[in-house]
Amino acid sequence: MRGFQAGTYNRAMPSMKEAPAATPRPVSRTTSSGRPVEPLYTPSSIANLDYGRDLNDPGGFPYTRGIHPTGYRGKLWTMRQFAGFGTPEDTNARYQELLRNGGTGLSVAFDLPTLMGRDPDHALSLGEVGKCGVSVASLADMETLFEGISLADITTSMTINSPASMIFAMYLVVAERQGADWRKISGTIQNDILKEFIAQKEYIYPPRPSMRLITDVFAFCAREVPRWNTISVSGYHIREAGATAVQELAFTLRDGIEYVQYGVDAGLAVDEFVPRISFFFNAHSDFFEEIAKYRAARRIWAHVMKERFHAADERSLKLRFHAQTAGASLTAQQPYNNVVRTALQALGAVLGGTQSLHTNSLDEALALPTSEAVTIALRTQQVIAHESGVANVADPLGGSYFVEALTDDVERQALGLFRAIDDMGGMVPAIERGFPQKEIAESAYRLQQAIDRRDQIIVGVNDFVAEAEEPVPTLYIDEAASERQLAKLERLRRERDNDRVARALDRLRQVAAGSGNTMEPILEAVRAYATVGEMCDALRDVWGEYEEVAFV
Amino acid sequence: MRKIRVVIAKPGLDGHDRGAKVIARALRDAGMEVIYTGLRQTPEQIVAAALQEDADVIGLSILSGAHTQICPRVMELVREQGLDDVLVVVGGIIPDVDVPRLEAIGIKGIFTPGSTLSEIVEFIERHVRERAEA
Repeated sequence: MRGFQAGTYNRAMPSMKEAPAATPRPVSRTTSSGRPVEPLYTPSSIANLDYGRDLNDPGGFPYTRGIHPTGYRGKLWTMRQFAGFGTPEDTNARYQELLRNGGTGLSVAFDLPTLMGRDPDHALSLGEVGKCGVSVASLADMETLFEGISLADITTSMTINSPASMIFAMYLVVAERQGADWRKISGTIQNDILKEFIAQKEYIYPPRPSMRLITDVFAFCAREVPRWNTISVSGYHIREAGATAVQELAFTLRDGIEYVQYGVDAGLAVDEFVPRISFFFNAHSDFFEEIAKYRAARRIWAHVMKERFHAADERSLKLRFHAQTAGASLTAQQPYNNVVRTALQALGAVLGGTQSLHTNSLDEALALPTSEAVTIALRTQQVIAHESGVANVADPLGGSYFVEALTDDVERQALGLFRAIDDMGGMVPAIERGFPQKEIAESAYRLQQAIDRRDQIIVGVNDFVAEAEEPVPTLYIDEAASERQLAKLERLRRERDNDRVARALDRLRQVAAGSGNTMEPILEAVRAYATVGEMCDALRDVWGEYEEVAFV
Repeated sequence: MRKIRVVIAKPGLDGHDRGAKVIARALRDAGMEVIYTGLRQTPEQIVAAALQEDADVIGLSILSGAHTQICPRVMELVREQGLDDVLVVVGGIIPDVDVPRLEAIGIKGIFTPGSTLSEIVEFIERHVRERAEA
């Protein structure tokens, strides 16, 4: 009944069930989004294309071919590997190793209690502390996480959403204590709550107060931390939840529009905060459709910012994005094949002009990755960057009949979904009625049925199956991290100035009930060593918690 | 003959519900009565739902690693409530080393990535039938 069998599998002499060459195979003739693919594309496929209007040179509006005139010649993409597990001490050691190995940015994965705004000693944290990421309960943990790493010299991306303000405030205080200038440091917080409601479901508060936390960060950073990327509008999780490429693109960009609208409604000028909005896409397996998706994303965003929001600053028009290869595409069967999947997905993201990239490790359908697997994933990017030659030319696929026709088609499909959401009154109302959630669940079910019927071949899973496989080594996270974090938390609660903590939390409640910027009282609470759970509880007191209506 | 009744639950803090929802739909399409609990259910809530719904099967979806703590607690409550004839299955990311531990506490089916919908449906139908005949 297990999905795969551990056993003796001789890697030198694999006993594969080969498909007989003469048997016609069911081959998918559509993209992942179900769009038909013609056998051949010719100049007539792109007869309506106007170079100056629709493509332009890289660096020129509407940036279809990229946001930099010289592509990657000036600067390669940032190789940013997402990592975090166990205690802050464990993860700090992994970061030091990634930086020694030539990684050029950090990306923090937090554990579920941190992501959900719960302390390690909360009942719901049972079994979760340090499992899916690093446990950060207070400023003390953040200090340990970045011990010996100069925040003035690196950029850090932090995947944190509901408690984004609290974690960001902790990072800022660590930077301040290292003597780093807030005006010079850079990095990203994900801070994208809409895709949590849509896909990943790590929400705490209802949509509207959640949106206020985000616009507060926009306003705060415009004043105090001008180089910080205040939000990473994410399609990644939407895709992982089962969306097609078109749904990923449409829902993500429509989320982006919603954030800009809320910022404008909060009194911010478009060009004051939009240049710090970045995006995060999933680098999936349908190679050309993915490349078309990134190119269409830039073109759509440039037009929307110019025509819908009248942005004047060029930086508001240029869509910058991070890409991560597709976790859900990895297989537990024959896991070494995942290196190949990841390499192709990463190549697609590079050909699509990504600004930074995370490559998944071969063992991620089994567990969090081992250090060895992470190194191969990073080396995959380095091979693409330094050996393949693809980084020498900006948008090398520009002008391809197929890629340009597909870019147009993906754009048209996405704009159709935009209209449906606009008709519902925007993304918040669309989410409240479950529209994107249902669309994604439908796609996920259809794909699984196609895999079961073998209409969609997954190598090693429903075809080319190995009879016996040797297990790969995996990382196992035991309960020791949890015990250490619980002990540290108990000591923190004993040793800190608890009156100062209580005052700071009261102040946070007051501001949340009123209309001031929440970042300032959060910073004060962080400095007092209030925990993530305590700060999130203070806001729960005022705003309540969101509960989605479960549907199948 | 009455329909097989299945409670599909997402325990723990994790919100990745793609698998739970896909399985819930597949079981429903196979003719079973499916009750999906929604997210972040405690073991107590899940077992209470199984009791209240007169479930034949509890399906737990866990991807976060919390199965090591959650599954033993669910099985303890299942026994306390006298639901020993309820089939408990788990789907998600379950390391090999944990499989014998889960089997030892009475979890009958452990479905990891790559499992097909039809094998899960057949497994549940077979075991519920065997239990009914026993």
